[in-house]
Amino acid sequence: MNLRDTLSLSFMTVVSYRTRSLLIVLAMALGVAAVVVLTALGDGARNYVVGQFSSLGTNLIIVLPGRSETSGGFVSAALGQTPRDLTLEDARIVGQLPQVRRLAPLNVGVAELTSGGKLREVTVLGSTAELLPIRNMKLSKGSFLAHGAERSAQIVLGSVLAQEFFPDGNAIGQRIRLGDSRFMVSGVIEQQGEAMGFNTDELAIIPVEYAQELFNTSTLFRILVEARSRNAIEPAKSAIQHTLKLRHDGEDDVTVITQDAILATFDRILRALTLGVAGIAAISLAVAGILVMNVMLVAVAQRTSEIGLLKAIGAPSADIRRLFFAEALWLSLAGGAIGFALGHLGALLIRLAYPQLPAWPPVWASVAGVATALITGILASLLPAARAAKLDPVNALSGK
Amino acid sequence: MIRLTAITRVFHMGDQEVRALNGIDLEIQSGEYVSIMGPSGSGKSTLLNVVGLLDRPNSGSYELDGTNVTALSETEQARVRREKIGFVFQSFHLIPRLTAAENIELPLILEGIGPAERKSRVEATLDAFELRDRAHHRPSELSGGQRQRVAIARATILKPTALLADEPTGNLDHRTGAEVVALLEALHHAGTTLIVVTHDRELGARAHRHISMRDGEIVGDEK
Repeated sequence: MNLRDTLSLSFMTVVSYRTRSLLIVLAMALGVAAVVVLTALGDGARNYVVGQFSSLGTNLIIVLPGRSETSGGFVSAALGQTPRDLTLEDARIVGQLPQVRRLAPLNVGVAELTSGGKLREVTVLGSTAELLPIRNMKLSKGSFLAHGAERSAQIVLGSVLAQEFFPDGNAIGQRIRLGDSRFMVSGVIEQQGEAMGFNTDELAIIPVEYAQELFNTSTLFRILVEARSRNAIEPAKSAIQHTLKLRHDGEDDVTVITQDAILATFDRILRALTLGVAGIAAISLAVAGILVMNVMLVAVAQRTSEIGLLKAIGAPSADIRRLFFAEALWLSLAGGAIGFALGHLGALLIRLAYPQLPAWPPVWASVAGVATALITGILASLLPAARAAKLDPVNALSGK
Repeated sequence: MIRLTAITRVFHMGDQEVRALNGIDLEIQSGEYVSIMGPSGSGKSTLLNVVGLLDRPNSGSYELDGTNVTALSETEQARVRREKIGFVFQSFHLIPRLTAAENIELPLILEGIGPAERKSRVEATLDAFELRDRAHHRPSELSGGQRQRVAIARATILKPTALLADEPTGNLDHRTGAEVVALLEALHHAGTTLIVVTHDRELGARAHRHISMRDGEIVGDEK
């Protein structure tokens, strides 16, 4: 019997046992779909986090006061002890390092914004003009805290604030009161949404000197540093540490974290998570494989006299083995294909339901899912096919 | 020509030994019409299975058209079975999922014949066995006589030299049985060796050579 006839004959068998075939194909398909959808979720989450980080800026180094060895940066550092504060002078010195392209000192506080009878509590960032390129922010209108104008009372508003205080759209040049001081609106930040907990749409940004005055402090919350290149990140990090240690009487009292390190950690964790859920989904594929084996064993038992007949009309054992083998192959092929389609459909639905989550199934997962379905199907058919081929034709014909 | 020499076939039933065939010597010339009769358990079906290469004897030798087929491998025996031997069973043994035409086509598929030639040969066979209008019916939609006709068409489509029939009329009423016998005898007239195993004295008597068996031995051989 040639290959084409083997495949078409076994295909006819698969089709004629409709219910049985549909059920087993469904089991297989669900397994494959689970692998595809779960890896799409895992990988989507990973890409989401990576995207959030890169929206913060590239080659970013963050200097914060206090020494905290633990990673996880922001929170623990915020709670950490501060033996010696970061100052604007620290920032100026760091800005002179050759590995540093630019930097922005940062102060954060909350103040009351009032204008035209409207009033609102806003998060205020004090910084310099360099904040804009470092944080990948764009202006929709006006100018940022322009160079040389750092000492003038300018304020840049997030898009929501601008809309709320100046609904008619011409915020630029308008006067607005922040705390006890008057500012002039110089720019509006383009709508960007939330990134790593900072919603730039509801921020107000003023020159750092004004912020220090407003919050009555001489220290900095952070210094955001952009290294010259990806390769300059590590040298820049150690140079910053070294410089600040010298300035702080040999005390190693600042923490320097790089976005790359945080990103790599998240990347590792989420990759492991994706692999984990893929593994769990693969278990359902193994179960489907066992189902295929069971179904094929039942098929051999059911079709004993048929196998005897095939032998009587001259089918060699090898032909019988190949027929059953091909039947299992069809079942797992259909299961794999349908599961692939279902999985991608599921991922599409997730993307439609959560547009911000890039839930694209990774290629490796689709390939591995379908391949696992085929391999388990093939493995599961070996025993039943061998059993069918070994049947004694005389006994098989008499149904024994 | 079929030549069996000192063929023995032993079955083990628990710790008991059953000699289904006990030193059978038998020669059947090409084109003969032979009936094998005997009570249940006399070994007549086993003899037919050995002649049809479905069963391997424990000892003895079997020569078919000058070839010692007992020495052949499983695959080679399957080929001999396909090309030289046709089986007709009491219970037809049609594959229920396949239509009459597809059942008849099976040996051609096993032989590896291409689809175009298969089609024309199946058409010709359907005509010869007056099954044209039943070609696309499944076995469950056929009468007993029609089923046996399909089975015989399948058994003979590769033009075997020997046709082995085990109670071919056992599941049929008298009239359809007679039709099937007429069909088998027509094939015999066309030159096929016909060996019929049966309980039916009337059917057995129609053969030109009558072999009687008892307890695994040939006890009568008349022409």
